[in-house]
Amino acid sequence: MSLLEVENLRTHFISRDIDNQIRVAQALNDVSFTLEAGKVLGFVGETGAGKSLTAQSICGLLRPPARIVGGSVFFDGQDLREMPEDDLNAIRGDQIAMVVQNPRTSLDPLTRIGDQLARIHQTHSGGPISTSRERALEMMEAVGIPDPTNRAKSWPHELSGGMAQRVLIAMALMNNPKLLIADEPTTGLDVTVQAQILDLLKGLTERFGMAMIVITHDLGIVAHYSDEIAVMFAGTIVEAGPVVDVFNNPQHPYTQSLIASTPEKLQIGGSAKLGGQPPDLYNLPSGCPLRTRCSFAQEICATPPPRRQINDTHYSVCHFSGKSPANGSAS
Amino acid sequence: MTSPVLNVSNLVKRFPTGRSGVFVNAVNGVDLSIAPGETLGMVGESGSGKSTIGRAVLRLTEPTEGKITFDSRDITAIPERQMRPLRRDMQMVFQDPWSALNPRMRIGDLIAEPMKLHLDLSKSERENKTIDLANRVHLRPEFLRRHSADLSGGQLQRVCIARAIATNPKLIVLDEPTSSLDLSVRAEILDLLTEIREQTSAAMLFISHDLGTVKLISDRIVVLYLGSVVESARTEELFRNPAHPYSQSLLSAHLPADPNAKLSRHILKGEVPSPINLPSGCTFRTRCPVAKDFCEREVPKPHQIGTSGHEANCLRIPDGGNRITPSEVA
Repeated sequence: MSLLEVENLRTHFISRDIDNQIRVAQALNDVSFTLEAGKVLGFVGETGAGKSLTAQSICGLLRPPARIVGGSVFFDGQDLREMPEDDLNAIRGDQIAMVVQNPRTSLDPLTRIGDQLARIHQTHSGGPISTSRERALEMMEAVGIPDPTNRAKSWPHELSGGMAQRVLIAMALMNNPKLLIADEPTTGLDVTVQAQILDLLKGLTERFGMAMIVITHDLGIVAHYSDEIAVMFAGTIVEAGPVVDVFNNPQHPYTQSLIASTPEKLQIGGSAKLGGQPPDLYNLPSGCPLRTRCSFAQEICATPPPRRQINDTHYSVCHFSGKSPANGSAS
Repeated sequence: MTSPVLNVSNLVKRFPTGRSGVFVNAVNGVDLSIAPGETLGMVGESGSGKSTIGRAVLRLTEPTEGKITFDSRDITAIPERQMRPLRRDMQMVFQDPWSALNPRMRIGDLIAEPMKLHLDLSKSERENKTIDLANRVHLRPEFLRRHSADLSGGQLQRVCIARAIATNPKLIVLDEPTSSLDLSVRAEILDLLTEIREQTSAAMLFISHDLGTVKLISDRIVVLYLGSVVESARTEELFRNPAHPYSQSLLSAHLPADPNAKLSRHILKGEVPSPINLPSGCTFRTRCPVAKDFCEREVPKPHQIGTSGHEANCLRIPDGGNRITPSEVA
């Protein structure tokens, strides 16, 4: 049994338009993946591909009009979708922790950071506040915040972006989570600070066997800090596998174009780039969602593409995976 | 040698903080020069003063000290009335295309606006030129009648670029033009900028925090730290042989999108100090792994390295102690 098993997860935005007609945005369509303890899984994809929505759906943090319409989420053998809200609250912030993208808006501006950290520990442990305070200082130390005793008295507005992000990570780690979901944990931070924080997180997975999902735009982060990669497009995982396999042998045209667009591979004036707009989630094309932008698209692509195993752990959802013409064109 | 399009010497910008006598030292004595047709990349972390420099050279921010020469003319202190006609030759592209464009104007009018202000063209000439510009930035003509809300970020950035090249400027300042865009869209915009650079003779000042992007587009790169230039070199030279410890660690912190690439990294400790209280001597010494006692007292001057115009401001260059030893990470 894996730590996290997500199967055929479907999340739709269901609303009514100006004529009172029901409109459905198919934001997540049959997302399936598993994550083992101690492993790091990187989610990549363009804006609107459903990376953050996957994380929010797993944690049950959706708000209307977003709604899970199908699929299952099993964490440590428990079905999170069927769980009463109180039980879910006991798991969130404790066994499953999340680091969100914007550290400044995620801290309570009216509470000193030491108290915010202690609070999340005490809520779940129920022990004396003094124990929670000690734990807060330990974690601040662990995430590289200098002089924790004094810093604990700071207000959120007194922190720099890098410090605020560290506080948020410390908060996520207060209860030794089994799973950490980090949504763009270093976006907006300087590269030297980014490196410090990523090294810290990677170290924690190795030391405590914590599993981690990293959501990012930056393929460099995935390449060097993840064990596995899942490439999302239009609410589905189009290719997934061990990082080295996917980077060395990308099979899906979208993955190929993504890798070809990285500064290292980018050929100015080259043709490997993917043009066009993200698909309209209210009106997805039939069959493969990429087919309107894919230069290899043929008639068969109007039918749903099969999931093809490239090897035991690497798969791609494309009619042409593992064979020409799409195969290997970006290398 | 031809005279540079832009020459900046000893540029200083201090922002008041509201408390008397306390200033944010955003830019501290920067020298720059851009030749006609050259693309100069400017990299640095947040707070290094890159955007302030970009704005100050166009006089969008008034410099506190220093001299700015544009097209052989001192523009440091000329009044805005005389500045206006010069703006035709200096254009800017901003980071966030959503807020750079008036949402109530049609795309066609947005592209035509600079021509209306600066060029003496008839209405039909202007319309033809608008269509021509849309073509040059690969924007379909039907978009010209739409509003900015109907376009994606990449398309809007094309509109901004079309506006910037509409008056055939001599200098375009691009402040993080691709940072808010997705990877594949970013690649398209970089393609477009390269194309435009070949078509026009415009010089570009390309500001970015992303070394990978700057490497692709720049002829020469200056590296900034806390409002000072720490190193300046031709692009290949900087990536092959970074001399300043800060440039070295910046390059080593970069993560190539290739899991097979070996990282040899030296991660700096701590964060950038506050620009309100700058460290004495070399401003980098508080985070520098090779700092010595004298770095606290002396302000580093540019050191020539080789003959290709490579300069670095580090006090340890004369004794050869400027190399930092990276630790190997898989």
